[in-house]
Amino acid sequence: MLFYVLRRVLYAVPIAIGVTFIVFSLVHIAPGDPISALLPNEATQEMVEQARREFGLDKPLPVQYGVWLASAATGNLGTSIGSGRPVSEEVAGAVWNTVILAISAGLVACVAGFILGMVAGLWRDRPVDHMVSLFTISGVSLPHYWLAILLVIVFAVNLNWLPPLGIGPDNSDGWRPDWPHLRHLILPTIATAAIPMAVIARTMRASVVDVLDQEFVTTLRAKGLLPRRVLWHVIRNALPTTLAVMGLQLGNMLGGSVLVETVFAWPGTGFLLASAIFQRDLPLLQGTMLVLSMFFVILNLVVDLIQSWTDPRIRRA
Amino acid sequence: MNITRTSKFLAGIVAATLTVAPAFAQGTLRVAMTLADIPLTDGAPDQGTEGVRFSGYTIYDPLISYDLSSADKAANLRPALATEWHPLENDNTKWIFKLRQGVKFHDGSDFNADSVIFNLERALNKDFAAYDASFERQLKIYLVSLKSWRKIDDYTIELTTKQPDSLLPYQMPRFLIASPAQYEKLGRNWDEFRKQPSGTGPWKMETLVPRQRMELVANKEYWDKDRVPKLDRLVLLPIPEVSARTAALLSDRVDWAESPSPDTVEKLKQAGMTISTNGIPHVWPYTLSELPDSPFADIRVRKAFNLAIDREGLVEVLNGLAVPAIGNVTPDSPWFGTPSFQAKYDPEEAKKLLAEAGYGPDKPLKVKAAISTSGSGQMYPLIMNEFIQENLRDVGVELELEVFEWEALRGRRRVGAQAEENKGITILNNSYSTNDPYVAVLRYVTPEEIAPKGSNWGSIRDEEIERLAGEIRQTFDPAKQDELMAKLHTRFVDQAHFVWIVHDVGSRALSPKVKGHVHAKSWFVDFSPISIEP
Repeated sequence: MLFYVLRRVLYAVPIAIGVTFIVFSLVHIAPGDPISALLPNEATQEMVEQARREFGLDKPLPVQYGVWLASAATGNLGTSIGSGRPVSEEVAGAVWNTVILAISAGLVACVAGFILGMVAGLWRDRPVDHMVSLFTISGVSLPHYWLAILLVIVFAVNLNWLPPLGIGPDNSDGWRPDWPHLRHLILPTIATAAIPMAVIARTMRASVVDVLDQEFVTTLRAKGLLPRRVLWHVIRNALPTTLAVMGLQLGNMLGGSVLVETVFAWPGTGFLLASAIFQRDLPLLQGTMLVLSMFFVILNLVVDLIQSWTDPRIRRA
Repeated sequence: MNITRTSKFLAGIVAATLTVAPAFAQGTLRVAMTLADIPLTDGAPDQGTEGVRFSGYTIYDPLISYDLSSADKAANLRPALATEWHPLENDNTKWIFKLRQGVKFHDGSDFNADSVIFNLERALNKDFAAYDASFERQLKIYLVSLKSWRKIDDYTIELTTKQPDSLLPYQMPRFLIASPAQYEKLGRNWDEFRKQPSGTGPWKMETLVPRQRMELVANKEYWDKDRVPKLDRLVLLPIPEVSARTAALLSDRVDWAESPSPDTVEKLKQAGMTISTNGIPHVWPYTLSELPDSPFADIRVRKAFNLAIDREGLVEVLNGLAVPAIGNVTPDSPWFGTPSFQAKYDPEEAKKLLAEAGYGPDKPLKVKAAISTSGSGQMYPLIMNEFIQENLRDVGVELELEVFEWEALRGRRRVGAQAEENKGITILNNSYSTNDPYVAVLRYVTPEEIAPKGSNWGSIRDEEIERLAGEIRQTFDPAKQDELMAKLHTRFVDQAHFVWIVHDVGSRALSPKVKGHVHAKSWFVDFSPISIEP
C-alpha cells in the first residue's frame, strides 16, 4: 500500500506541472492584450508597450512561464495588477466563500437527492415516482444561472422574503453563521444545489430500483423480514454508487460557479474568476485557476487513494 | 419595576430609536456600481470614468474640476484646489496656478504647493522616492503636454508645457491630490495608502472590503461649504451583472443602480423608480478608415452611410437610453458649430450618393466593421450594430460585423487601420468620451495622432482641420477657443469623417427615496446635494 501511495503521489507531479502549463497557456492564448485593460481607455499603443515592459510581459513566453512557475512553487502567486493586492490573499478569501456555499448546497443536494431518489425508487412507476422524475428532469435541464435569476425575481423582488445578493447585510465583513447571513445563503444554495440534487436523486432511484430487483431482496422478504429491515438492506446496497456521484458533485461545487456567483454577487472563486477575466488581471486569473486546478488534482489523488484502500483490486491494476 | 419607571424606560427606548435609527437610515445612500471591484482608492482610480465617479471625485479633489451643479448647462471647468490659473504673458508655455488656502486633507495635514508637487513627482518622475507606477499609468495620458513643474511659494506653482498648449486646463481634472503626510504616516507604502486613503474631497473612506463594499462618510469639514454632503454615508457595491443590479434596486437593497439595461426600463418605471438620463459627453460612432484603398476615402460614401442610419428608430429600440448623434458633440455644445451637412435619415439620398460613387445593385458595396461584445461606453453593441446592419442593407450595403472581445477591440484600435491585422476592416466601432476639445475631436483627426502614436485610427488627413487644430492650441482666450472649435467641428461634420450614430445618456435608476440628484451633462456626479427620505 505504501508503495502504491508513493507511486500515485509521484504520478500527481507531472499532472500538476501539466496543469500549470495549460493554465498559463490558456490565459495567453485568449484574445486581447492583458496590459490594455490596465490602462485608461485613451491610452496609446506606445503606453501599452511601456507598461508591457514594466510587467515583464515583453519577454518570451517560456521565460515568463519559468518565472511564474518558480514563484508559484514558493507559494507566491504574484500581485493582482488590477487591485495591487497579493493574489494568494484574494484567492484565499474567495475560496473560503465558495466553500461555504459548496457545503451548504452540497448538504441540500445530498439530503434532498437521497430522499427523493429513494422515494421514487421504492414507489417505482407510481404517481410519486413520475412527480419526482419530472422534478429531477427539470432540475438537470434548467440552466442554473436562469434558475438563479428566477429565484431572485420571485423571492427577492416580488415577495421580498430574501435578499437578492451579497454574502451578508450591508455592514458585513465576511460570512458568519447567524440568521442575517444565513438568509443571504438560501437562494444561492438552491441555485447551486438544483443540478447536483437532480443528478443524485436520479442515481439513487436507479440504484434502488436495481437493488430491489435482485434476488436477495426477494429472499429477505420471503424470510418475513419487516419492511423497514428490508429497506435498510436496500439502502446499504444502493449507497456506494450514490456516494461516488455525491463526491463528484461536491467536487464540482467546490470549484465555484462563475454564473451563480455573478448573479448573486457572491464573492467566491467564480466571481473572482469573472472579474479577473473582465479586467484581464493576468496574475489573478492564473493564480485562481492554478489554485482551483491544484485542488482538483489533490481531490483526485485522495479519491484514488481511498478507493484503492477500500478495493485492493485497484492497487494491482 | 413600577409603572412610572416602566413607561420612562419605554419612552427612553422610543426616544433612542427615533434619534439613532433615522440618523443612519436617512443618511445612507447605497449605490450599485457596474464594476466588478472597487476602483483604486489612491487618487488614480482605474476602471474608467466610473472609477473616477466613485473613488475619485468623492475622496479627492483636482486643481480644476467640473461644474456638476446643473442638468441644463454643459459641465464646464471650475476652480477646485486651484483658485485661478493663467499662462505667462511673455511665455505662454508657462502657467501660473494659485492654490486654495485653508484646505486640509482628511488626516488633518495642510494642502499646499508641496502637496501638488509631491503628486506630480509621484506620477511622472521615476527617480522620485514616492514614484507610483500605477498612478502614472492612470494619469499620464491626461497630462500629455506637461513638461515640468516648480513651486513658487506655498500657494503658487508654475507648470511648463512642451509646446504652447491652451488646452492645459482641460487636462487637469483627472489629476487628483493625495495627502503626502498620510503616505509618510503609513510607512511610505502606496498599498497601505490604498487601504487608508486621504484626500481633500467631500467624502472620507471608512471601510473597504475588496470586491464587496466601500463605505464613505461625509467630510463635514469640507472646504467648499456649499458642497458639504447632506448624507452621512455613501455605500458603494460592485454588482457587474445588470439583472442583479435591477433586483437589488427593486428589493430595496440599494437606492441607486447604474446603467439599467433597456429591457428593464419598463419594469423599473412600473415599480416607481426614476430612470435618470441626460446627454453626456460621449459619442458612439463608426470611425472610418480613409486610407487610399478604403471606400471611405470617398466623401460621398461617408455621407451616404450617415444618411442611411435611422437614429430615432435605434433610440426607440433602446427604450430611450440614447440620443441621436449628428456630430461628435451635441448641437447645444458651444463646439458644435454650423455644419451644412445634416446627418438625417434619408435612405433615398444615401442610395443616390452611393450610385454616384459607383455602387449599386450590380456592384454592391461590401465593408467590414470591427465591433465589440461589450465594453466601457460601448452601450449595447450587438443589438445596435445589427440594427445598423439592417439600415445599411436597405441602401444596398453589405456590412459584415467582425466581433471582438472588448480588450481585443481596443488592441485593434490602438494599432490603427493601416496595421496588417486590420486588413479588410474599414470601420471601427469604438465609443469615445467628448469631455474637452482634445478628446472631443482633435485626437481623431490630426496627423500627429495617427495610430499607433495616437487615436487617429483611420489616418484622416484634412488640411483645414490641421490648421484650425494648431490655431486652437495657440489660442488662450476661452471664448475665442470655443469659436475655433466650432469651426473645426463644422468642417469635421461637413466632411463626414465619422458616421455618427448616438450619444449615451448616462442612465441610472433611482429609488423614489433619493432626493436632490442633479443629472449633470457629465460622466461624473456630485453626491453632495443628495439626500434620502425614509
